[in-house]
Amino acid sequence: MTRKDLDAAIAVTRFGLGARPGELDTAANGPRDWLKAQIRREGADRFATDGETSNQRLAEFREYRQERAMARQDKADAPAPAAQPDAPMQTEARRPATDPVQAARRFIRENAAGDALGRLQLATETEAGFRERWALFWSNHFTVSANKVQLAGLVGPFENEAIRPHVFGRFADLLAAAETHPAMLIYLDQAQSVGPNSRAAEFQRRGGGRRGFGQQNGQPRRTLGLNENLAREILELHTVGVDGGYAQADVTEFARALTGLSIAGPRDAGIEGVVFRDQTHEPGARTVMGVRYDQGGNAQAGAILADLAARPQTARFVCTKIARHFVADDPPPALVARLEKSWMTSQGDLAKVAEALIDAPEAWAPQPAKLKTPYEYVVSSYRAVGQEPRGLGQVNAALNGLGQRPFGAPSPKGWPDEAAPWAASDALVKRMQFAQQLGAVFGPRVQAPTKLAAETLGARLSPAVATAIARAESRPEAVALLLMSPEFQRR
Amino acid sequence: MTAPMVSRRAFAAAGLALPFLARVAEAAIPPNRKFVVVICRGGMDGLSVAAPVGDPDYRALRAGLALGDEALRLDGTFALNPALPTVHKLALSGQARLAPAVATPDRARSHFEAQDVLETGAAGVYATSSGWLNRAVQSLAAVGKVEAISVGPTAPLILRGPAPAGSWSPGRGIDTTARLPTLLQDLYKDDPLLGPALARGLATEALARESGAAGDTSMTGQMRPAAGQGRDAAQALGQSLAGFLNAPGGPQIAAVSLDGFDTHANQAPLLATRLASLDALIDGLHTGLGPAWKDTVVLVVTEFGRTARVNGTGGTDHGTGSTAVVLGGALKPGGIVGDWPTLKRAALFEDRDVYPAFDMRALEKGLLADHLGLDRRALDAAVFPGSADVRPLLGVT
Repeated sequence: MTRKDLDAAIAVTRFGLGARPGELDTAANGPRDWLKAQIRREGADRFATDGETSNQRLAEFREYRQERAMARQDKADAPAPAAQPDAPMQTEARRPATDPVQAARRFIRENAAGDALGRLQLATETEAGFRERWALFWSNHFTVSANKVQLAGLVGPFENEAIRPHVFGRFADLLAAAETHPAMLIYLDQAQSVGPNSRAAEFQRRGGGRRGFGQQNGQPRRTLGLNENLAREILELHTVGVDGGYAQADVTEFARALTGLSIAGPRDAGIEGVVFRDQTHEPGARTVMGVRYDQGGNAQAGAILADLAARPQTARFVCTKIARHFVADDPPPALVARLEKSWMTSQGDLAKVAEALIDAPEAWAPQPAKLKTPYEYVVSSYRAVGQEPRGLGQVNAALNGLGQRPFGAPSPKGWPDEAAPWAASDALVKRMQFAQQLGAVFGPRVQAPTKLAAETLGARLSPAVATAIARAESRPEAVALLLMSPEFQRR
Repeated sequence: MTAPMVSRRAFAAAGLALPFLARVAEAAIPPNRKFVVVICRGGMDGLSVAAPVGDPDYRALRAGLALGDEALRLDGTFALNPALPTVHKLALSGQARLAPAVATPDRARSHFEAQDVLETGAAGVYATSSGWLNRAVQSLAAVGKVEAISVGPTAPLILRGPAPAGSWSPGRGIDTTARLPTLLQDLYKDDPLLGPALARGLATEALARESGAAGDTSMTGQMRPAAGQGRDAAQALGQSLAGFLNAPGGPQIAAVSLDGFDTHANQAPLLATRLASLDALIDGLHTGLGPAWKDTVVLVVTEFGRTARVNGTGGTDHGTGSTAVVLGGALKPGGIVGDWPTLKRAALFEDRDVYPAFDMRALEKGLLADHLGLDRRALDAAVFPGSADVRPLLGVT
């Protein structure tokens, strides 16, 4: 085994998503060139969905909501049923065969499941594993999680529309696309945030809007005002980081600047998706991190986002995350410095940063320092056996059990990128169960398990594991051993 | 693939270490004492857990979110959220106490910094990479072995560190006829991360079978995917954890997390479902532990509280002081834990949050001292480093 063989194995497993049969041979011709050829201006591949956009899904959700409201109204209007304790079947029979609300909910769930499967299939099939990993990194950086029914059908389109087109473009464009996408505005509660001194809020204070803003199904009206969630998470998680030099006052000022940015509602006839409402925008100049923004309207938040994207703290914070994701939980400072330098000299050109990562000697250390996340483990397992998941059911159960439910990150911070949280003892048992399952299904079709191991890990395959696989009592056991080997669990 | 029952003998035959079962009766802590920490992630709104309905400023500050007659009265000032009937019942019989204005030493209002400080027990952010509950286990281990377990698919920071800790979450059980576990243990023998983790995971599975902790759910795979979120799932999780704690030679220390407390918008219904899960988890633990409840202390904490005022979207933003709950069968009688700073405008922290009147570490240190017998030196230096000036609050249990 030469250094080139080892580099090929590193390129495919550490930078990529694990080897499919034959992939190591391709990469061995020139591991760095093989990686760089995956960088392209048009961004990452879009995974297959049913083709619906976020705005179409938003419109569907609004219909669902209206149907639900109507169903509730019908229920309230219906005369109280006479007591018929001995005739439960009758009430059952009166219920329509297909409850439109239930049907709509099921539809939303199916949308989300279809998106998640398309995403998994892209990852298991792609010949550009590095490009896909790069996209997954940015998707996690700008996490939107399906923690509300409305979001379930939006997380997939969000990634395809706002993240994937921009991952090899300028960070400023990626940032703007992510923060102004309807999914993000809903996830971080921006859609309802209103400037306390905006025209809408003034109108409410004068007693206006009896049916207007804030009136919700006869519920007591809320006082219109700020929600600072998006502003805080942009600063803390998406740009300068928690040590980036901002204070509570900056969060509040930024939240004021973001007001107006919202989602079209039933009264915005003919408009879908993101709208800017001047009447809910907080008037006046804002000061964020020492810079004064005199612009009014939508341009104000746009200018703040552009400045945040250009700050060196952002380069430091995000480059540290890139290095941690690709190379080591505790990344070498020299590597971070290289990435930062390429970021600053290229004004946040992410294609240049990706090239700098590939050129960095620290990224090619022979010892693998990263434990695969459950998603990476599941994806690379399918790649190893040259298969793709046909349905979400089985994969979903595995990912749920391992704590990485598709589109279900636990917080805006996204999935953890370090080994410690994923290396729980229970999780190892569940990884083993998944390996056994995959071995049982696909193992019988594997002709020569030792050859499969060599094709999967190349120069990273250790003699101990090779021996164990050669001595396995069955093909399923051999495949399970390969997938659970220390070198396959890491990258 | 069905999983046959795993017996202790089967594991012994497979040559696996059984750290829980091999324990002898030389425990440092009183042998039956159990300690459970529940972390409510996302910043739980203390003013909606223990609502100061008797505070003259409460209603004005909390317009739209203030609890009315439906709140479960505790005393002249405080009432519990109606989604917490189990906690209320326990409180009325002296088995639950509320600390209405606690906080970690962190003031950054960042979930992730605050959770770091909450779980590491350090005086500042990112000061150490191990959790205080893990170091408590380590300190106890100096005198005798004690086992710890976390419930859930990922390992929480509070239990990460030098002392080995197991984890468990609902699942299908393992196929013990397979050679794979033994083969893997051999492949992992020099792997410092995977080796101990797998051995411990297998041992926990064995314990789950022996104790019946897994109940029917793990045998049939009926547990819902989002375990710990729904009320029934939370109840079942509490029961399962109680099964582990009750098992002879099982863990005495445990950590559980509940997510979803970051209620920036439309807070009342969202929080009600989360609190209902918390209540169900407590109920599952309480009923599952049975007689052992009298030897158990449960501490419910969160990384920070939320703004005293309602925000513009029917929710609340990140704040400071919040509410902790201490529960158990042997609490000393008493009202609230710590002082109530009130909601007077001048008393609010930075004119926006509940004042952090009481250092959470004082409560945690007091519980570890009273209930588990940890001495002051270990508490000040090892478990909560740099906390010598934070006096343990003794006498809660």
